[in-house]
Amino acid sequence: MSSCAEVSAPEPVFAEPWHAQVFALTVHLNEAGRFSWAEWVERFSATLKRHGLSRELDGGEDYFRAWLETLEVFLAEQGVASGAEAEQMRCRWEAAYLNTPHGEPVQIEY
Amino acid sequence: MIDGIMKHDWTEPAAAAQHEAMPHDDPNHPHALLPPDPALRVKALETILTQKGLIDPAALDEIIDTYQNRIGPQNGARVVAKAWSDPEFKAALLADADPVLADLGYYGRQGEHMVVVENTPAQHNMVVCTLCSCYPWPLLGIPPGWYKSDAYRARAVREPRKVLADFGVSLPEDTAVRVWDSTAEVRYLVLPMQPEGTEGLSEEDLAALVTRDSMIGTGLAKAPGEAPA
Repeated sequence: MSSCAEVSAPEPVFAEPWHAQVFALTVHLNEAGRFSWAEWVERFSATLKRHGLSRELDGGEDYFRAWLETLEVFLAEQGVASGAEAEQMRCRWEAAYLNTPHGEPVQIEY
Repeated sequence: MIDGIMKHDWTEPAAAAQHEAMPHDDPNHPHALLPPDPALRVKALETILTQKGLIDPAALDEIIDTYQNRIGPQNGARVVAKAWSDPEFKAALLADADPVLADLGYYGRQGEHMVVVENTPAQHNMVVCTLCSCYPWPLLGIPPGWYKSDAYRARAVREPRKVLADFGVSLPEDTAVRVWDSTAEVRYLVLPMQPEGTEGLSEEDLAALVTRDSMIGTGLAKAPGEAPA
């Protein structure tokens, strides 16, 4: 492979847009003072350990799924977004995608 | 009913790649493409937190832009090249990295301390995070997938020489290997050995020899003229 190809197509920092979103959300909440980074690491490493007991994690999609699960549980415990509230909002977004004609911006009213 | 024809399997990266390649006016997709389940869950959290005034969506965009476009291993490479070129800078960096890095505009947004460990003929350093994936973000950006994998996190401590061999690195037998375990509070950067025959090169040319892996300790700096890692 030529060096040009490597320069023009670097390894993506985030493989999927939602990986970037959940990462940024967590960093932002930390910087806004909702939790310390040490608190986050303690919870996140516990989730990884639990997931890693049943199968070997490859550090890709499974890593960010564990990240998301940690954040959902953390926010529910903080009383910021309960599991039911999050699930209801997820369903609203899903319905919005399924009911929005292709090519138009997907929005929900709130 | 969403499990019927309209729902795509987004769990595989290949599916996302197909999405990229799909023409926008594809008549088989009368509605907007449904993102994968975790993406909807992230959107849900974002919406709830925005509604409650706990987050600023513009700040999220700024964070993503920073980590996607503005910081990466090129930052660490600049620091290493400067350390190779300037003995006083190097001494200060090894003694107490935080103020030296802050002067260059690199500081931990999560309040962590940075420690720089120097490779020598007697000791090779390697960095891991056995807890999760703590990493010197301001200097190296987001860690690669292998750094976050169970395999690397477990093996780096247990059998560092075998891990190095997997990365194509073999060290003299009398070089000790020291593994540094990162935490939420302390992140490490390896200062690789300067390749022979590069004295007198400009900092910019030197920085081009410093790979991401050489600053994690799973690689060595490149020799001039060596193909890109």
